[in-house]
Amino acid sequence: MSHDLLVALPIVIPLVTGVIALLFYEQRETQRIISAIGAAALLIAGIALLLEVRAEGILVSDMGGWPAPFGIPFVADLLSAVLVMMTGLIAFTVALYSLATMDPRRESFGFYPLFHILLMGIAGSFLTGDMFNLFVWFEVMLIASFVLIALGGERAQLEGAIKYVALNLISSAILLAAIGLLYGVAGTLNMADLGMKLQDVDEPWLVTAIGMLFLVSFGIKAAIFPMFFWLPASYHTPPIAVTALVAALLSKVGVYALIRAFTLIFTQETGYTHQILLVVAGLTMVTGVLGAVAQYEVRKLLSFHIISQIGYMLVGLAILSPLALAGSIFYIVHNMVTKTNLFLISGAAYRLQGTYELKQLGSLYRYHPYISALFFVSAMALAGMPPFSGFFAKLTLVRGSLEVEHYIIVAVALFTSVLTLFSMTKIWTEGYWTPSEAEENDELPPGVNSWPGWNSQMLAMFVPIIILAALSVGMGIFAQPVISLLIETAEQLLEPSLYIEAVIGDES
Amino acid sequence: MKSLILQTATRSLVAVMLLFSIFLLLRGHDEPGGGFIGGLVGAAAFALYAIAFDVQSARRMLGIRPQMMIAIGLAMAGGAGIISLLASEPYFAHLWYHTEVPGFGEIHLGTFLLFDIGVFLVVIGVTLLVILTLSEE
Amino acid sequence: METLMAILIGGLFASGIYLMLRRSIVKLAIGLVLLSQSANLTIFTVAGLTRGNPPLVPEGETMPLVPYADPLPQALVLTAIVIGFGVLAFTLVLVKRVYQTVGTDDMDEMRSTDGFKD
Repeated sequence: MSHDLLVALPIVIPLVTGVIALLFYEQRETQRIISAIGAAALLIAGIALLLEVRAEGILVSDMGGWPAPFGIPFVADLLSAVLVMMTGLIAFTVALYSLATMDPRRESFGFYPLFHILLMGIAGSFLTGDMFNLFVWFEVMLIASFVLIALGGERAQLEGAIKYVALNLISSAILLAAIGLLYGVAGTLNMADLGMKLQDVDEPWLVTAIGMLFLVSFGIKAAIFPMFFWLPASYHTPPIAVTALVAALLSKVGVYALIRAFTLIFTQETGYTHQILLVVAGLTMVTGVLGAVAQYEVRKLLSFHIISQIGYMLVGLAILSPLALAGSIFYIVHNMVTKTNLFLISGAAYRLQGTYELKQLGSLYRYHPYISALFFVSAMALAGMPPFSGFFAKLTLVRGSLEVEHYIIVAVALFTSVLTLFSMTKIWTEGYWTPSEAEENDELPPGVNSWPGWNSQMLAMFVPIIILAALSVGMGIFAQPVISLLIETAEQLLEPSLYIEAVIGDES
Repeated sequence: MKSLILQTATRSLVAVMLLFSIFLLLRGHDEPGGGFIGGLVGAAAFALYAIAFDVQSARRMLGIRPQMMIAIGLAMAGGAGIISLLASEPYFAHLWYHTEVPGFGEIHLGTFLLFDIGVFLVVIGVTLLVILTLSEE
Repeated sequence: METLMAILIGGLFASGIYLMLRRSIVKLAIGLVLLSQSANLTIFTVAGLTRGNPPLVPEGETMPLVPYADPLPQALVLTAIVIGFGVLAFTLVLVKRVYQTVGTDDMDEMRSTDGFKD
């Protein structure tokens, strides 16, 4: 297959899927089939892209045939390819899950087209090699997510959406202004070209100042300290399939943008910028997990955990050593899998028990031991227990930090880990072991605690959960190949000349 | 609000505006113009009609749901890019087709035209979707 | 001219942020509009305000006539305006829906989802 096609497919597939689904606006059943096929195709395209990038090195496709730095290139390096593949995986599992759980009203108001347009925006953000184009993909993604979060129009959703929209639009305005300033300084917006031209500017402080604007803007999108308050206010309000999708992907796009910008472009004064990143990473971890510990509603609790885990993803970027960066990327991959799965499982528990409140969930373990086992795997993976994926992600990160003697951040990470374990144990004891009050008094509403049997709906719900749980275990047991791939990724990121050479060519 | 003057003027203005929007769309082929501003003028025509008469009759005049219009437009615009991919070119590398029409001169058509018409439809669709949604209820 | 534009942009940013800090969601929406417009003006100004010819190559020439304006910031601003237009449209619909559902436009009354205990 030609490289142009391979690089464009992750964007074209969701576009085509979304458009076809929109053309069948009136036929829900058709839309469901199209959506599942499109998401599976995206996963396959992501895997093909990753294999090709690993074999051939960085792939570049100049959109419209205009050569970089004049046109807009799509660039797939290992980081982009890994994240695109993960997007495909999450898209596939959540698409399957939403077949079972999405209510007909939301389906007929365009859930599936929006779902795929959101995926297009995410894949575009991962693949583009141009700063302004990144802004455009951000907006595509944001508008789709705005509508997805508000779709259905329940009061909580609307209240969450208004905060989400306001904060993300501020971030977009800052990003736009920062892009303008960057263009004023460098005269280009191509990321590779920027990386080249900004290495020897006369006024590095000016570039650093612009870099801080980017940090604020991407930071709001990634939900880092102290700009994360929109996330726990909005992520838990829409249906669980939407929550799982945005939780797994949107803030990771912000993290990706930070990694890209601060490894390729803003590396003039790393002593200053990356020190700030390190402090922010530590504070993000701690504040996020402290928020989570105080919660008793599963979705809110998990939303706060997202924030805490964004902190881990920044540590490697702040330290800038191959091992630590590999650990951070491992953390992104691991977090996409586990966090999605925890949301999906809490959705399944809601489907069976009718509540998200820990106090009312009751003794799930007694009635649904299989769900409990699946939850246990994901929760322990999130807390970083061996032999699951989270353990090796954390181990790589901690070893990377110890290597360069950042002991404080290691201590903070391990402390956060303990609190994560504590809050996961809290879900386990409150939701899975302790009988609820209603249960103790024999006042359970009819239907609760019964198992509906393996009908097609249950299958569509549990197959994604089982796939993701299996991946959590698999990435732990077969951690070595994953780590070696990610170390390769990190080394590629820390050698910006590879990226620049692939995009611009040799003539410079 | 029912104003006889506005309604009478609208009847003739809408036709002129729609014609002008298509003029802008086609002019964008070689000169300033194009699908976006053409689409805005086209949407303005329908919006004016909705203000002068009512939203229902504007929807009837449109004859197609705005959502469907967006879908068709996106399909055309995205499809223009996919044609280039099928021809083993980068996404959105525009392909041109030159031909000589007797008595008219040389014309050149490209996937670009398809893209522009797609944009035209999307812009009309999105603008009307918002305006009509906001002015109902 | 640049100084004037800088003051204007600063004023717009300040008014936008002031409006966003108010409790009313309608003012929030207006604040967002001002914010995105000031960002557009920033791009326009930073890229250099040149008085010149349009960046089109006249017939029979190989270069545009100097001095010509840089077309890229104009394209960026145009794109940003279009995106801003789409986002604004959505925000308006959202504000309207929120007002209808919650029955108020006061941000302080919309705290049920914040995730902190009262």
